[in-house]
Amino acid sequence: MPGVALPALALLIALPLVIQAIGQPFYTVLASRILIFALAASSLNLLIGFGGMVSFGHAAFFGTGAYTVAILMFHGVDSAWIAWPAAVIVSALAATAIGAISLHTRGVYFIMITLAFAQMIYYVFVSLKMYGGDDGLSLPGRSALGLGLDLKSDMVFYYVVLALVAMTMVLLGRLVNARFGRVLQGIRENESRAAAVGVPVYRYQLVCFAIGGAMAGLAGALAVNQSGLASPNLLYWTQSGMLMIMVILGGVGFLYGGVLGATVLLLLEEVLSDYTIHWQLGEGVVLLAIVLYAPNGLLSIIRRKAPADA
Amino acid sequence: MPEPMLSLAGLVKRFGGLTATDGVSLEVRPGEIHALIGPNGAGKTTLIHQICGALAPDAGSVRFLGRDVTHLTMHERVASGLVRSFQVTNLFKRFSVLDNVALAVQAAAGSSMRFWTPVVRDRSLFDQARSVLARIGLADKAGVAAAALAHGEQRQLEVGVALATRPKLLLLDEPLAGMGLEESERIVHLISDLAGACTILLVEHDMQAVFRLAHRISVLVSGRVIASGAPDEVRQDAQVRRAYLGDELAEGRAA
Repeated sequence: MPGVALPALALLIALPLVIQAIGQPFYTVLASRILIFALAASSLNLLIGFGGMVSFGHAAFFGTGAYTVAILMFHGVDSAWIAWPAAVIVSALAATAIGAISLHTRGVYFIMITLAFAQMIYYVFVSLKMYGGDDGLSLPGRSALGLGLDLKSDMVFYYVVLALVAMTMVLLGRLVNARFGRVLQGIRENESRAAAVGVPVYRYQLVCFAIGGAMAGLAGALAVNQSGLASPNLLYWTQSGMLMIMVILGGVGFLYGGVLGATVLLLLEEVLSDYTIHWQLGEGVVLLAIVLYAPNGLLSIIRRKAPADA
Repeated sequence: MPEPMLSLAGLVKRFGGLTATDGVSLEVRPGEIHALIGPNGAGKTTLIHQICGALAPDAGSVRFLGRDVTHLTMHERVASGLVRSFQVTNLFKRFSVLDNVALAVQAAAGSSMRFWTPVVRDRSLFDQARSVLARIGLADKAGVAAAALAHGEQRQLEVGVALATRPKLLLLDEPLAGMGLEESERIVHLISDLAGACTILLVEHDMQAVFRLAHRISVLVSGRVIASGAPDEVRQDAQVRRAYLGDELAEGRAA
């Protein structure tokens, strides 16, 4: 959907200026948060929507990325140039290890085993007293980026996040339409047939799983920079569930499904919680309506699903 | 006599108390259409699964092009030219007809660990896919989703997808299953067309088609090969007549 992506990007670039004009700087923070979750949800969408792998433990990689940055900073390494790539690599390695085992299962078993692994990592961080245990590890500040850019400024942080998310989405868009993505979608459509034409299914799914984990790790690194706290809650199964809701809401298998889902869900939360502390009830009603009206996600309303070149 | 392309030696496969494949030895020679026939439940599909690597035999070996492939994975066998089609149509249903074939061409063209260049710019991939479509007679359906094809056309595409991987030996598992007369005729022509390009192991129930197409026939009954030879020899074989062919054989000769 290049026709929409570029105007949307222009809008996002102009957004902080608009926010400043109306004197509501908090919305820059909210916009960063939405972008970060858009990235995390998109990484899950790669697994579910393109690779056919319904992972229910995606928060593990998001949280691993966050903790990597937090722990490095705890030990005095605050350069973004070291910590962020480290978060991506550690998360990718975690995804490779978990994927290597989980991908021997299918269906409900795959859902359960990914969930189990994520919960294991959750308890690992809960038990690491040195890094805050239950309470989490708070960061003294944000990562140091250099280049004259101070991430403490919410607006600078927003633009850095926007640049990274936009670049990752470009990569994702190329990937799903390249040979790799085509094979993935073939596996999603019909695994036994893919194997019968000579596709080493396991290998492609594992690489996809690792890429998804790496992207989630980057999102986690950004998230912990924004919130200033690496908490075990980032790895809890409810977090995985929320990412999954975002993907389903936006549209499984649509390139921008995760982006739209994250945007709608977080805005909904924001708006509703202004009115009532029972905002979750309202959110539930809206989600139910969306799922009933558009079971294939919001993007399915405006765009006919074309799996081969989604 | 040329060295066999595929040779099975003493294959055994048990499912609990049932011996589905009971010491099968079989040879497929290069260039032939070799038909595998047998009544329902004879173990034909189980045998196909062991040849293509979907099932591991409990004993015995599968040799292909002089190499022991018994322990190779399915995709490794495909890479060496041993490719199957499916008895129950098994396609990438939401892909277009062209994309179904193009994916098979792509899989055969080596690693797909390419993350940047869009597939749609891959001219040669789609040129090859189109030529396969022309060959199987689906050129005018290239843009249609596989799920939207008529049953007969799906069977044609089923063969086309297997063909697109450039097999040396093509295992066709009941390509005529559930087809009308006219559709069958088209597939029979297609198979005899292919015979020049690759060797075919054909599992089929339609005796007329089998006796028209096959150079050699093997008969599988209760997991054992009870006869193997030229169509006429098999037709005359007393054991075969008793076990299986009976009336159908007479029909085959009449036709």
